[in-house]
This record gives sequence, C-alpha cells and structure tokens, in this order.
Amino acid sequence: MGKILKSYKDLPHAPITYEDTVEAFKTGSWRTFRPIYEESKCKKCWICWKFCPDVSIVVKEDGSGIIFDYDHCKGCGICAAECPAKCITMVSEE
Amino acid sequence: MVRKLINGNYAASYASKLVRAEVVAAYPITPQTAIVEMIADFVASGEMKAKYVCVESEHSAMAACIAAASVGARTFTATSSQGLLLMHELLHWASGARLPVVMVNVNRAVAPPWSVWADQTDSISQRDTGWIQYYSESTQEELDNVILAYKVAEDPDISLPAFVTEDAFYLSHTYEPVDIPDQKLVDDFLPPFKPKAKLDIDDPHGFGSLSMPHQWYMELRYLIAEAMDRSREKILKADKEWEKLTGRNYGGLLDEYKTEDADVVLVNAGTAASTIREVIDKLRKEGKKVGLARIRCFRPFPTEEFRALGKKVNTIGVMDRCYTFGDGGPFFTEVKSAMYQLKDRPVIKNFIAGVGGRDITMKTVEKLYDKLFKIKKSGLDSEKEWVDLKTPEVV
Repeated sequence: MGKILKSYKDLPHAPITYEDTVEAFKTGSWRTFRPIYEESKCKKCWICWKFCPDVSIVVKEDGSGIIFDYDHCKGCGICAAECPAKCITMVSEE
Repeated sequence: MVRKLINGNYAASYASKLVRAEVVAAYPITPQTAIVEMIADFVASGEMKAKYVCVESEHSAMAACIAAASVGARTFTATSSQGLLLMHELLHWASGARLPVVMVNVNRAVAPPWSVWADQTDSISQRDTGWIQYYSESTQEELDNVILAYKVAEDPDISLPAFVTEDAFYLSHTYEPVDIPDQKLVDDFLPPFKPKAKLDIDDPHGFGSLSMPHQWYMELRYLIAEAMDRSREKILKADKEWEKLTGRNYGGLLDEYKTEDADVVLVNAGTAASTIREVIDKLRKEGKKVGLARIRCFRPFPTEEFRALGKKVNTIGVMDRCYTFGDGGPFFTEVKSAMYQLKDRPVIKNFIAGVGGRDITMKTVEKLYDKLFKIKKSGLDSEKEWVDLKTPEVV
C-alpha cells in the first residue's frame, strides 16, 4: 500500500490516498447477498450500471451484457431492485 | 478602480466576480438573497465566467461547492441563519477534506420566533467546524475580506474553508461608497486556485476513505489544528500585501481603536463597532480614556492579541450579539479563556446587546462605558448583563 506512514509528518495535507484508489480496497467480503445475472433476459438498458453505487457493474465491451466485480460489490441489491427485466436476483452467500 | 455606492450584499457579489469564482452554488434566504441574485445577473450577462448551480437547499449548495472544489474549481456561496445551520454537517466535511470553499454569511437571528435581523448566533454556532471566520464592520471591508479570505484559505499551507460575515441590514442593506479594485489588481493578488491534489479521472486517488482508530484520523485532525494556527500569520501577511496594493488595512485579527492609553475597553464583533468608535471620539473629547477592540477574526481566535490587551487594560467589557445558553456570551467566554493564563487578569464584564437586531445606539454604548468606569472603581457587580432588556423595573 505505497509508502510506510510513521507519523503525522508523513501524511498528505488532506485525507487522500495518493498511491491507491478504492480499487485496492476489496469490499466483496462484506456481502451477505450476491447478485446473479441472467443474460438471456437482459434488455441491455444498463440501468443497473447507472445505479450501482460502488461501480461494481461492468458493461462488456461487445455490449452483450454485464459482468459483476465481485471483489468490490457489497451486495446492496440496488441493481436487482432497479432492473426492469428482472434479470438480476439476489442469492444468499454461503 | 471604480467607486460605487453599494450595500454589503453587493460588495460580496462584486468580490465573488473579482476573484473569478468558477462555481457558485447557492440557495436564496433573506437577507442574503441580493448577493446571489446579482451573481446570477453577472453570470447571465456573461460578465462573470462561472457555472451557477441552482440547488434545492443550503445543504446541497455546500455539497456542490465541496464537489467543485474537489476537482480544483474556485467556489463561492452565500447564506444566512437557518440556511447556515442546515449546512452544518457539510461545513465539517469541507474543512475535513481541506477544501478552501469561501462563503459569505449574513448574520441573522435564528427562529423561533422568526426574526431576520442582526444576530451572530448562526455563525458562532459554527465555531468548531474548522472554518476561518471573518467579521466585517463596513461595506468596503466586506468586499476586501472576501478577497482576503480566498488568499488565506487557498494558501497551500492552510487549505481550509473560510467565511466572511456581515450583520443583517446594518451591513447587508446599508449603502456606502465602495472602491471596487481593478480586475488586474485582484488577479495579481490572487492567482488561480491550484490545489495540491484534486479529483481527476486521469490521475486517480482515493478520497473520503475510512480511517480506523489505530490509523490516521487523530493525526489528520491534528493537521487541521496546525493549519488553523498557521493561518494567523497568513491572515496578517495577506492584510499587509492588500494594504500595499489598496492602502487599506483592517487591523489584523483584533482591530484596536484607542486602546493604547485606555482605562476601559469594549470588545465587539461586527457593525456595532462603528457606533462604538463614534462614542469613543465623543467621550475622548470629554477626557474619558475609552477604547475598542473589534474581533475581526473569531477563528482563528486572536489569543495573543487579547493577552497583550489584558496586560495594558484592567477593565474590559465584552459585547455579545448572541448567547450560549447555560453559560454566557460566546465572545465573552472566549475572551475570558484567552486571558486566563495572564498573571494579572483584568476584570471582564459581559454585555449581551443587540440580540435579534435590537438597535445598539450611541446612548446604549455610553451607558456601557459608564458602567465599566464604575466597575473599574468599585469592582465587578455581576458577570453578565442583558442590555436594554425590558425588565419589570424599567416598565
């Protein structure tokens, strides 16, 4: 995680992490429910992608559907609630 | 330079144009409305190249300013009273994120009952938010203080938000001739805002992340404390530089008037200071040695200045246009606290005056000086006194 911080003298002026972004901070283990996607039902409206508060939905480059970033998805379920085609369901994590 | 007859609100609008604020997000509230109306005119006519964001509340206004400052924009907003109180949560955010948002607050009483008149409870309630606080006495000072606030707030050694206040109506709606400095003068004084770090998709950093108790929260708060302490010298430095350019200097954090040989001194913040000056000139002609110490900056507090004052004057009256229930006037408690470490402490009396816009007349001020002379002679009668209060005895 970048340079070793020993005292307040080593800190940036503001609470900013320079070397890393939140990408380095994996929050996937916080999940109790996991979103599962059924590509055949998907209307490609990307509403889930717009609503995801953790930028954990990636639209595939060929536009054929989405991929979940399970390293960061916290399982909030907003995507499943918003999906008009009901192609996302939340299932309990083991 | 142009000389215009304007009020305190318009002085704030002109200042925001002169500093070339890039994003203005504001919500109207009496008696601040004219500030943002004029800015909207400036932006609509193309005279001011800024993004004017119409928001649904003061909370959103501050959130928009924080977001804009995060990407490196110079931001401005203005509010008053209930609006400032609604912003409170985000005031902490702006200082915690070390974003130099600059704001004007029109000092207005807090409801209920509704009152739109002068009272400093709104800004005093923001004491612990980590904002630099300037209090203006005149329309000219209002314009200058806004420009000075940017200079201090954006200094890379400071990076803290700042607000400048103006007493409702006494300053917000009172017209005075004001020197509007040339754009070039302000451009030279205040270069474009260059933050140390900004939100940039091409150079990503982590913002607003979490800190556990064993990590860096406490140290980051310490850095704010250090920056606020450093801002004292930066405020004085900016004042000096501004004086060189304009000939105007407002006396630093604590603006003293005829205190050198004074027997008694009144302390005040805001526009009542002008009335006090008039009374001082009158009483001085009668041979009474009276003085004024005007708190121009409440945060950072002029602690050293007050200690120096306490060494030369042994009877001090602190006037508060606000109150902290269960204790006393907030300016009073802070002045007392600053003087406590002195070996020989002066006698300090609290006058609560002008609450909710109650007029502070020359007669009122004369009465207070009389009282201070009595205290000097025979000691403190009572610690706190509500001035011109309608008591059963008076009726």
